Amino acid sequence: MVHAGHIPDAVTGARAVPIYQTTSFVFDDAEQAAQLFELKQYGNIYTRISNPTTAVFEERMASLEGATGAVATASGMAAQLVTFLTLLQPGDEIVSSSQLYGGSITQLVHTLKKFSIGVRFVDPSRIGEWEAAVTPRTKALYGETVGNPRGAILDIERLAGLAASLGIPLIVDSTMSTPALCRPIEHGATLVVHSATKFIGGHGTAIGGVLLDSGKFDFSRYPSIAAPSPAYHDLRFFDTFGHYGFLMKARAETVRDTGACLSPFNAFLLIQGLETLSLRMERQTSSALRVAQHLEAHPAVAWVAYAGLPSHPDHALARKYLPKGPGAVFSFGLRARSGDEARAAGRRFIEGLQLFSHLANIGDVRSLVIHPASTTHQQLTDEELAKGGVSPELIRLSIGLENVEDLLWDLDQALHAL
Amino acid sequence: MGPGPGVACSITLNSALKPEQQRLYQDPLVIQRLLREARTIAIVGLSTDPQRASWFVASYLKKEGYRVIPVNPKADRILGEKAYPDLASIPEHVDIVDVFRPAADCLPIAEQAVAIGAGALWLQLRLVNLEAAELAARNGLAVVLDRCVKMEHGRYSGRLHWGGMNTEIISARKASL
Repeated sequence: MVHAGHIPDAVTGARAVPIYQTTSFVFDDAEQAAQLFELKQYGNIYTRISNPTTAVFEERMASLEGATGAVATASGMAAQLVTFLTLLQPGDEIVSSSQLYGGSITQLVHTLKKFSIGVRFVDPSRIGEWEAAVTPRTKALYGETVGNPRGAILDIERLAGLAASLGIPLIVDSTMSTPALCRPIEHGATLVVHSATKFIGGHGTAIGGVLLDSGKFDFSRYPSIAAPSPAYHDLRFFDTFGHYGFLMKARAETVRDTGACLSPFNAFLLIQGLETLSLRMERQTSSALRVAQHLEAHPAVAWVAYAGLPSHPDHALARKYLPKGPGAVFSFGLRARSGDEARAAGRRFIEGLQLFSHLANIGDVRSLVIHPASTTHQQLTDEELAKGGVSPELIRLSIGLENVEDLLWDLDQALHAL
Repeated sequence: MGPGPGVACSITLNSALKPEQQRLYQDPLVIQRLLREARTIAIVGLSTDPQRASWFVASYLKKEGYRVIPVNPKADRILGEKAYPDLASIPEHVDIVDVFRPAADCLPIAEQAVAIGAGALWLQLRLVNLEAAELAARNGLAVVLDRCVKMEHGRYSGRLHWGGMNTEIISARKASL
């Protein structure tokens, strides 16, 4: 968390990571320039492709996840899109958990459709649904370690087994848990993506994302990574770069061409967050369990969906994959007689809170609250909403670093005022 | 730049070898010494195709100041250097024999490396031939298996890090230039 990826500068000895706020880098000579563009030398050309500050963030994330390397992106959505655009070609399909962040569902369904890439959603807890959804066109499996917003836990080892039997990668979004709580690669995931905006940054100051490769998947029969690339002089990325092949292609082609790079200043801010990641995750996760237990016992609360509670259907999976606790984000439902009543109560509850910030984010050091049916998930149809496990009475909390007694007081007073 | 010589981190990712084999044939201190002391590297199986991995490695090593000797019976010159049909034909001392041939072909290459008195036998990434390794080691050669010379040079020069790769090097010491 505090050392990996950064060696103090040889000239100045600067201990903190310097910010290389530059667009471009001077070449040694014409020959070196040519070789850099052909990927034959290591080096920086242009910050859209790589940058020394961003590289510290990338290597540190790779070290924390046990990955072979990483590519940082402008946001978590960009990390996901770069991963898909690097792997997939028109006509390919993804089989995905239905328990995803609403924005991810929109990207998978609508944006990927423009690239003629299809998606089939399945209930992540039913392995049979995953198997049934696979076709010869399926080129990847996708899910979130801790699903948004009902806290479903992905059975990573079973899905990794299925992916391996099909010869395709398992991609896991691990935003909600971070490597402090779960390292999906240790359980067989091929690729991991994060929205670094959330717990990794922690301070709510920078949007960013990152994609990581285990380096363990044999891409030799996977056309987009193994075949000669027309965008790079027929370079065969897997043959030439081995376990770095996927990441090299993601960086040198997809990020280069989409421009979805992370800014060096944001990389610096995310590095500051990483330095305290495990401390924050421990504290925020233990507070989340306290809050979840408190709400579950509250008469105004109909249900609490936190996999850290024995009442959650995935509690056993949570204990297996996230022994330190399934993170600090969970949802609960207010007791209500009808959908309309639930919507109105949800609004009144949020407006009654004093310490929880009402906004569309998670993973901040400050506690956050949102009502997804009217915000993050509002672009979804009723059917997609139900499939994603979002109901009108659902309130999502992200527990921060405040004194947990203060948070319990705030929730109690807002529930009392309903 | 890089951490400088003598950094002693355990490097375990990206290898088909078992941990005890990694200790024998991927010793970070041996690799750092070879990269620091070697001047002449013969590359067996260096391709004439500039988009092949062997060409990437050879052009990189040349740029880094090593003398690169191509070993390829089907070529006269590669990267401006005279190519030899086999190791035995090379008229000068070879510090490292770097191999880009199928694992099954590596035993006779190891025998030749021993015969010409080379300093080290290095089989590239994803190449494992334990018989060849044991033969070379028994005859006093340093041996590296299943590693890429370019990646290892990049790891210790600090440049592999620029690509966002996990070098597995952790050090609080000031970098060397």
